[in-house]
Amino acid sequence: MTRLESWGRLPRTSDSEAFSLHWQSDFLNLVRRKGTTLLPYGLGRSYGDSCLSDHGTLLLTRGLDRFISFDVENGIIRCEAGVSLAEILKLVVPKGWFLPVTPGTKFVTVGGAVANDVHGKNHHVDGTFGHAVCSLELIRSDGSRRECSRIQNHDVFYATIGGLGLTGLITWVEFKLKKIYSTKIDQEVIKFGGLSDFFALSRESEHNFDYTVSWIDCLASRENLGRGLFFRGNHAKTPTLDLQAGMNAETRTKVRVPFDLPSLAMHPLAVKAFNLAYYHKQLAKNHVSQVPYDPFFYPLDAIHDWNRIYGKRGFFQYQCVVPFTSGTDAIRDILSEISKAKLGSFLAVLKTFGDKPSLGMMSFSRPGVTLALDFANTGDEVLKLFDRLDGITTAAAGSVYIAKDARMSASSFRHYYPRWHEFAHFVDPRFSSSFWQRVTKL
Amino acid sequence: MKRVLILGANSAIAAAVARIYANDGAALYLIGRDTSKLAATEHDVKVRGASIVVTIAADLVDTAKHDDLIKEAATALGGLDVVLIAHGELGIQSDLQASVPKTLGIIASNFLSQVSLLTLLANYFEAQKSGSIAVITSVAGDRGRKSNYVYGAAKGGLCVFLSGLRNRLSASGVSVVDIRPGFVDTPMTASYKKGLLWAKPDQVAKVIVESIKAGRDIVYVPWFWRWIMLVIRSIPEWKFKRMNWPS
Ligand SMILES: Cc1cc2nc3c(=O)[nH]c(=O)nc-3n(C[C@H](O)[C@H](O)[C@H](O)COP(=O)(O)OP(=O)(O)OC[C@H]3O[C@@H](n4cnc5c(N)ncnc54)[C@H](O)[C@@H]3O)c2cc1C
Ligand SMILES: NC(=O)c1ccc[n+]([C@@H]2O[C@H](COP(=O)([O-])OP(=O)(O)OC[C@H]3O[C@@H](n4cnc5c(N)ncnc54)[C@H](OP(=O)(O)O)[C@@H]3O)[C@@H](O)[C@H]2O)c1
Repeated sequence: MTRLESWGRLPRTSDSEAFSLHWQSDFLNLVRRKGTTLLPYGLGRSYGDSCLSDHGTLLLTRGLDRFISFDVENGIIRCEAGVSLAEILKLVVPKGWFLPVTPGTKFVTVGGAVANDVHGKNHHVDGTFGHAVCSLELIRSDGSRRECSRIQNHDVFYATIGGLGLTGLITWVEFKLKKIYSTKIDQEVIKFGGLSDFFALSRESEHNFDYTVSWIDCLASRENLGRGLFFRGNHAKTPTLDLQAGMNAETRTKVRVPFDLPSLAMHPLAVKAFNLAYYHKQLAKNHVSQVPYDPFFYPLDAIHDWNRIYGKRGFFQYQCVVPFTSGTDAIRDILSEISKAKLGSFLAVLKTFGDKPSLGMMSFSRPGVTLALDFANTGDEVLKLFDRLDGITTAAAGSVYIAKDARMSASSFRHYYPRWHEFAHFVDPRFSSSFWQRVTKL
Repeated sequence: MKRVLILGANSAIAAAVARIYANDGAALYLIGRDTSKLAATEHDVKVRGASIVVTIAADLVDTAKHDDLIKEAATALGGLDVVLIAHGELGIQSDLQASVPKTLGIIASNFLSQVSLLTLLANYFEAQKSGSIAVITSVAGDRGRKSNYVYGAAKGGLCVFLSGLRNRLSASGVSVVDIRPGFVDTPMTASYKKGLLWAKPDQVAKVIVESIKAGRDIVYVPWFWRWIMLVIRSIPEWKFKRMNWPS
């Protein structure tokens, strides 16, 4: 049996059962039998244990991969929850539509995108994935079936968006797409020297660019702290004559990391060299170009199973958001902690969230600035660093993203997600996850 | 525009084949048993681009209906270019051993119903002098094992039938494609533990569509099953009869 893992390959869970769902009726047949707790599992792109279930049964949703309807005129699509965003792009891009919101990988399911209420580079314009959802269907373990929207069963709707797979099985989702005229992105990359430049660039860019994100060199210290590259872009306005051909051109050759690399590959020195080279690769201060959408949105998707570069011990990601009021200071403190600890981080991403309130009662995104970094699993050392980072985040009234978490404490969780108690009433009695057990245990 | 008839269209493998044809704007005539599944399959292939989709619910062990089913399909699509027969049923070996009706039921759903359909389809295609008939059999038909020999016997019988049919139809330019999958992750095998040898339905479907296009005869999917089965068939019977098989 190939063990089901989360993206960070942490934590190791003891064997859980896995059950492939191919039809909605499979779920109904399953819940008629007594058994362990249940949890939907999409493409396992969550980093920690929110998509895992120690001793429970994982419901593999990828077999629920049918389209139900596609209104090409108005850009409204309805599909089963196991359809991946990659499959949706293949269908809709040639017809002049795009995902309303997309995370940094297209290998996630629609169910997973709803359950973590994911955000993309356009948060300041379009909010989270949940904002685009018109309606969805939820089946509970008692066999009941509910269509939910802002009007119908609205309380269940707001619990299920960002509902961490705990409110029941989402069978289908209907959501609005975004109109495009070209498969290309007009992109600008701007080098910046520090955090205050980042905030200035963000403010300036948010009016004219749908997509913004920054990569920062979090190993640079003191005067270079927070230096990085600011990416901003828009879907190109000049129409691509043949969107299908444009789509086909997006199919890049893929490489795969065929086995677990030794942990040396992520040695701090190697990471430092990479970051330095990446920052200095771009010589000009401002680089304007037109790029295909795939490398713009999904730079890492070209390397399959890239999580294996961290080796068997796996890795963590820490993603927090802090409100603008405390933003600059908190982010500076977090960056200096990381820089001081000299703990390698391959990817450090900084982005501002707009002020559109998220719909889900457990949604992560809120107005402020978000920082995400990967860390090799070096054990105690890195866990202690995270505790210090949690201290800063909590003091700044911020939050940490559950989709990326494998270690937050129960008390941090309650700070970060103050509505958790209200949410708990919507949790299906047969559903649970390793994450949920961890943070609700007293 | 290809005109494609699929029998057992709710099968995960067959539905994956239907999607590939739908992508190219084919006209699809889908016959399956469960009506709610059939509706889901229909919506999916419509969204994916099928130019025409007709769905018909039928229990295919009811051979008396076969003649009408095929005639109606050919009329509705204005002729047939490709037929795929995909339906099948594994059964639970221990139950089958204890029951003659159940055993014969498996022979009916995996062999007799196919023989009935193929007899009618062969005549249709022979007269048309073109087209492809593809049938999903199984590596289980290559040699009988105690864990699934009723199913295996039905599939093996079907392979022999197809071989004869291929021989007959080759003169008419009609190809008869025998698809022999190994382990595929579908509802049929939902209760099995999945390992390295397991393939996904869309992987198998791709090979099926390519093989139909190329007019291949016998196709193991994935390809390595040809070699696994070669080894398994070469074990002497005196030794084979004492062997235990995981599944
Ligand atoms: C390289 C990379 C980049 C990323 N970038 C971003 C980003 O920019 N923004 C962002 O927000 N996230 C990002 N993520 C995280 C990712 O988008 C989320 O973890 C997403 O939820 C993963 O979807 P999945 O299909 O893999 O679901 P899984 O990880 O398998 O499951 C996620 C959750 O969804 C639930 N779930 C899945 N299907 C269903 C269903 N049918 N019904 C009910 N619940 C269900 C599961 O129970 C679980 O709680 C990134 C991840 C990676 C690996
Ligand atoms: N999965 C494997 O590992 C594997 C390996 C080798 C060969 N195969 C063969 O591949 C083919 C497709 O199976 P699958 O793996 O895709 O499994 P599947 O999804 O379970 O499909 C089997 C289908 O057969 C249909 N069916 C069974 N009896 C029928 C009848 N009397 N009338 C009409 N339809 C009937 C079922 O229809 P309803 O859903 O409408 O009831 C079901 O959709 C089968 O012939 C199988 O023997 C499978």
